[in-house]
Amino acid sequence: MKSPGLRIYAVAYLIFLYAPIILLPLFAFNDSKVIAFPLSGFTTAWFGEMWEDAQLWNALQNSLIIAVASATLATLLGLFAARASTRFGFPGKGPILGLIMLPLVLPEMIMAMSLIVVLLTLGIPLSIFTIILGHILVCTPFAVAILTSAFQSLDRSLEEAAYDLGESTFSTFMLIILPLVWPGIVSAFLISFTISLDEFIISNFLGGSDTVLSVYIFGQFRFPAKVPSMMALGTVLVLLSITLLAFAEYFRRRGIAKVGGKDTGGFL
Amino acid sequence: MASGGTGSLSQTEGFKGLRLISPTFIYVILLLAAPLATVIVYSFMTDGNNVVERPFTIANYVTVWTGRVYQAIMLRSLTVSMAVTLATVLLAYPIAYYVSFHVAPSRKSLWLFLITIPFWTSYIIRVFLWKVILGYNGVINSGLLSIGIIDEPLTAINYNVGAMITTLAHAYAPFAILPIFVVLEKIDRSLLEAGQDLGESRIVTFLRVTLPLSMPGVIAAVLIVFIPTIGDYVTPDLIGGGKLPMIANMIEVQMLKQNNRALGSAIAVSAMLIVALVSIVFVLWNRRFLRGNSR
Repeated sequence: MKSPGLRIYAVAYLIFLYAPIILLPLFAFNDSKVIAFPLSGFTTAWFGEMWEDAQLWNALQNSLIIAVASATLATLLGLFAARASTRFGFPGKGPILGLIMLPLVLPEMIMAMSLIVVLLTLGIPLSIFTIILGHILVCTPFAVAILTSAFQSLDRSLEEAAYDLGESTFSTFMLIILPLVWPGIVSAFLISFTISLDEFIISNFLGGSDTVLSVYIFGQFRFPAKVPSMMALGTVLVLLSITLLAFAEYFRRRGIAKVGGKDTGGFL
Repeated sequence: MASGGTGSLSQTEGFKGLRLISPTFIYVILLLAAPLATVIVYSFMTDGNNVVERPFTIANYVTVWTGRVYQAIMLRSLTVSMAVTLATVLLAYPIAYYVSFHVAPSRKSLWLFLITIPFWTSYIIRVFLWKVILGYNGVINSGLLSIGIIDEPLTAINYNVGAMITTLAHAYAPFAILPIFVVLEKIDRSLLEAGQDLGESRIVTFLRVTLPLSMPGVIAAVLIVFIPTIGDYVTPDLIGGGKLPMIANMIEVQMLKQNNRALGSAIAVSAMLIVALVSIVFVLWNRRFLRGNSR
């Protein structure tokens, strides 16, 4: 702790990071339709308005269906890829993994547009289903990254011991490997779930007439009168994602503790 | 090749690996590689009455690369994403350095957690909040007005390229901090002590040892911020008020509103080419740092 300058900078930076988020509860409880200072009074009316909004519930339901489906399938696809890449060497490994991880560095707009062109050409109607197809693509690289590190910290000799004791490949996977990487699976699922819930571009363009939460919020911002209840919604969402993240972090740490590793911090 | 699973072949490592990764691989071939290939093919065609036809022409590319409007929008996208990258990485480096070198190991997780939380809250809401902060009747203006520092709202902060850069630099902050942090963590601390034992000051040690060793993280941070920001759609729409479109907005207009999929595809492919070109030039320019690290 020898550099007070750096410490002050770090704190100032955190304030910059949190500035917009601190405003959320401030205006969610503010008794005014206009988002501006000075604050006028305390109210919970915006939360009430949010709660009564039927379209919002519909969008939330769609979002949850999409997030559960995409996270499940992305975690499954991530399991295949992470297990294959950490356990085996095979021809074309680099390019294959490169293609799987490509969505990390490809602008989402380009993914969304190339998918939409193909879907429209094939005559597949846009719906929740097509959003799921796109979200799996976006979430899989994150699942692969998390699961790869889970499989990497696995001690190979445990697996060999199971074979020596007469277990089959399948039973070894179920009895030894799966329980050890389980925390990694849970955190891959939670991260994918959060990404899918927050994703906008693919949901906006591949959804057709089906609206999800992020698209609904984006639409509401066009109506100034709707903004305060969106602030209330934002406050709720922030609390929910902090809770989810705390769970993901808990499982990640437990996973590291299980295989006897040392905590180096961070999801990515 | 994978289908010819004779007894001996199915026992090989290569076959087992390919078989295991095949579900994921087939998925990305069908839903990523094939659509991207389609867009590339479309970009060389002509679009008439919603039917893409008559291969093979480079007319779309001529339109995209010589049209004034297209040039202006591509230049704006490039300028904004480069400015965002520069600002984000410069601001992120000290914080990554602080967490890696000055925070006790037991508290590092907490700091990383604090840094990543804002990133996991709704992207749309975060972008909108910057509009709320920087807008004409926004938080900064109304706040300064109510305490009497200014007499009329500042106009220099709202709905311009600067506001877009601030918003994006905020949105991508964790993407820059994490890769730099990971590389800083790997630096052997004894090298720094050696530098100081040999009589170099802290600043010289930083410039000659720490900074070069951390360059792979900086390069990763630059790429991971630059590539998605150039394709950002929400910020130009919300913060720029639709008056400052970037490439993504232009692709949307051509693909969906004008229904010109061939031209839209050509813009998308051009955008990918620009991104790839800038990235490759940047990596080559810094290749000595990457080589030094792989040893």
